[in-house]
Amino acid sequence: MARDKFKPESLLIKGGHVIDPASRIDAPMDVLLRDGRAAEIAAPNKIRGSAEEKFDARGLIVAPGFIDLHVHLREPGQSYKETIASGTAAAAAGGFTSVCCMPNTTPVIDSQEWVNWLRQPERGAVVNVFPVAAATHASKGAVLTDFRGLQRAGAVAVTDDGKPILDNDVMRDCLRLSGELNFPVVQHAEDTRSTEGCPMNDGPTSFRLGLRGWKASDEASIVDRDVQIAQQLPNARLHVAHLSTADSLKAVRRGKRSRVRVTCEVTPHHFTLTDEAVGEYDTNCKMNPPLRSAADLESIWVALADGTVDAIATDHAPHASHEKQMEFERAAFGITGLETALGLAITRLHREHKIPLTRIVELFTTGPARVFDLRGRGSLARGNHGDVTIFDPKKRWTFDVTRSRSLSRNSPFDGWQLTGKVVATIVGGKIVYRGE
Amino acid sequence: MNKVARGSLLGIEKLEAPEILKILQLARRMNPQRPRPLLRGQRVVLLFYEPSTRTRSSFEIAAKSMGAMTTLVQSSGSSIEKGESLLDTGYTLRAVGADIIVIRHPLAGAPHLMAQHVDIPVVNAGDGMHEHPSQALLDAYTMLRHKKTFKGLHVSIVGDIFHSRVARSACHLLSKFGVKITLCGPPEFVPDVAATLAPGLHLTRHIEDAVRGADVLMLLRVQKERLAGMKLRLEDYIARYQMTTHRLKMAKRDAIVMHPGPIIRGLELTAEVADSAQSVIVDEVRNGVPTRMAILARAVGRG
Repeated sequence: MARDKFKPESLLIKGGHVIDPASRIDAPMDVLLRDGRAAEIAAPNKIRGSAEEKFDARGLIVAPGFIDLHVHLREPGQSYKETIASGTAAAAAGGFTSVCCMPNTTPVIDSQEWVNWLRQPERGAVVNVFPVAAATHASKGAVLTDFRGLQRAGAVAVTDDGKPILDNDVMRDCLRLSGELNFPVVQHAEDTRSTEGCPMNDGPTSFRLGLRGWKASDEASIVDRDVQIAQQLPNARLHVAHLSTADSLKAVRRGKRSRVRVTCEVTPHHFTLTDEAVGEYDTNCKMNPPLRSAADLESIWVALADGTVDAIATDHAPHASHEKQMEFERAAFGITGLETALGLAITRLHREHKIPLTRIVELFTTGPARVFDLRGRGSLARGNHGDVTIFDPKKRWTFDVTRSRSLSRNSPFDGWQLTGKVVATIVGGKIVYRGE
Repeated sequence: MNKVARGSLLGIEKLEAPEILKILQLARRMNPQRPRPLLRGQRVVLLFYEPSTRTRSSFEIAAKSMGAMTTLVQSSGSSIEKGESLLDTGYTLRAVGADIIVIRHPLAGAPHLMAQHVDIPVVNAGDGMHEHPSQALLDAYTMLRHKKTFKGLHVSIVGDIFHSRVARSACHLLSKFGVKITLCGPPEFVPDVAATLAPGLHLTRHIEDAVRGADVLMLLRVQKERLAGMKLRLEDYIARYQMTTHRLKMAKRDAIVMHPGPIIRGLELTAEVADSAQSVIVDEVRNGVPTRMAILARAVGRG
């Protein structure tokens, strides 16, 4: 570890296979990082001059640093679940060099002061943290926050995540401002008028378990409405968080076809598990939106491949064990996800569903960078930030939740054998994680 | 998370047919008038988070008559009221020496959670809308008393299937023996997805279809407050689904009428049907005692 603290001004990543979708690179290349930036990409052994440190990337994929649009770092206020330090350490172990954190903390991030607080070095972040601020005061869905001020303070988007922006007029105002400021509004699409008391997806499993079902249409109806509102407003920017149903994808496709600026993200658990995984009330399979049907999964695989989905985002949602070891209906919604995202993507999407590795890298890099306009990230083009993720796409490993860097242990993937593992995570030219 | 203790009874769904028959045979050997002291020295905790008359009293009588010591813990008047979690309550009961926990809970899956963390047998006395295995077993016991065999039987269940743990457990049990099962009610009570619960289930919206040729009519209680949120008016429900002597005539001549109780006369059935010679509703309650004796004996490995 002492070695990692030494800050080389230049780092040469040699012998790897570079995938940088934004620059259309998918070839053996060397990468030179200097002074925290991407300085040069060239054919093997063509980079002249010396570097203080070299990284041997033979047999590995060298990609732009991964970006997670949707994490819950739980600070301020819920540091028993996660801290910015522990959450970003988990992010680094999962190959993420940038994470966008949700505002549903205690208190809610609805002011410039709290946005600033999140970005202070005292928080101990290991990777870049981009705050997403609340769209309404205390995320109560009524009075809009100061979008302009939040944007100036460094927020990359607004959302009331955890809850939807339900009111038509409030959503219209949000989207109008998003167009004026070029500032995305992230919607947690859930018609909470019908999903109250529904801890899982509506279907045979919920019926069998005697649980009320959250219908797929209670997500799609909100996505559909939002796309329609966005269509009526110039330049409005709508991003659909953790999209989980086939009908929501249809609404997004309709929007994209009619040139609405709508984007969406899908989580690894929604492309991996169906609602049957709930089994006998496994609260590590309880999340919002819930795990869906096999038909929804198939639509998601198609949409990940064909470009309808813009990003894979984890919705990393740590919870303490006492919040999960409860009656299913009472247990907290959400699972951790930072350390299993790449392994699940390669195992499920690449190996089983033959989605090319270049597309998977795009979903972790260029795609999310575009959604929130993270300038100078998501690509290794010269002059960009020196954020790099190096992974072994063939490495088989077993996820052991007890060794997670997160403070919480609520993952349904404990003990899963996955293919594809992060070998090193580099932020601003500095190695912040090295796989063992 | 640990293995569920042997002797636990969490639901019917995961039980195999021979296991069910074993419990029913054991129940037949139980004589509530002259019980054997199979539970002598055992401490049975009745942990009830919901009101109950039949289930609670019959479990208690079953346990006591076999020599067990019983303690009733209810949500009001206990630490549950102070916010103690289900698992902490379980650990507490284990620490005071409980040998068996019989649990009734308004939330589905609560007995499973308890059983996964506490190393003594857990018996589900009804969990939310999920299962009510002891009721299904006593109903099967009652059916076999009147019909001798499950072979070729046609059972129709009428009413609010969606909210009913009794219906779910009954469907699982009867399906395992190849019984023809018809579920009858409006879509709000009998959604199409109900047919996926177990093999051999049929749905119908017409009471005549359910009654015609049936050997057993199992009626479920309809809660007025549940009808309130629906398009269906109470009068319409009564008109379309109430069991009347006229409708009962369409069933087999020796058909029996069952109901897990409590019954609401004038709603899901008329008073005449409830009190008719074909009604075995009181029998069911009586049979609850030997059935629950068998369940508790099995829990301590004396089955």
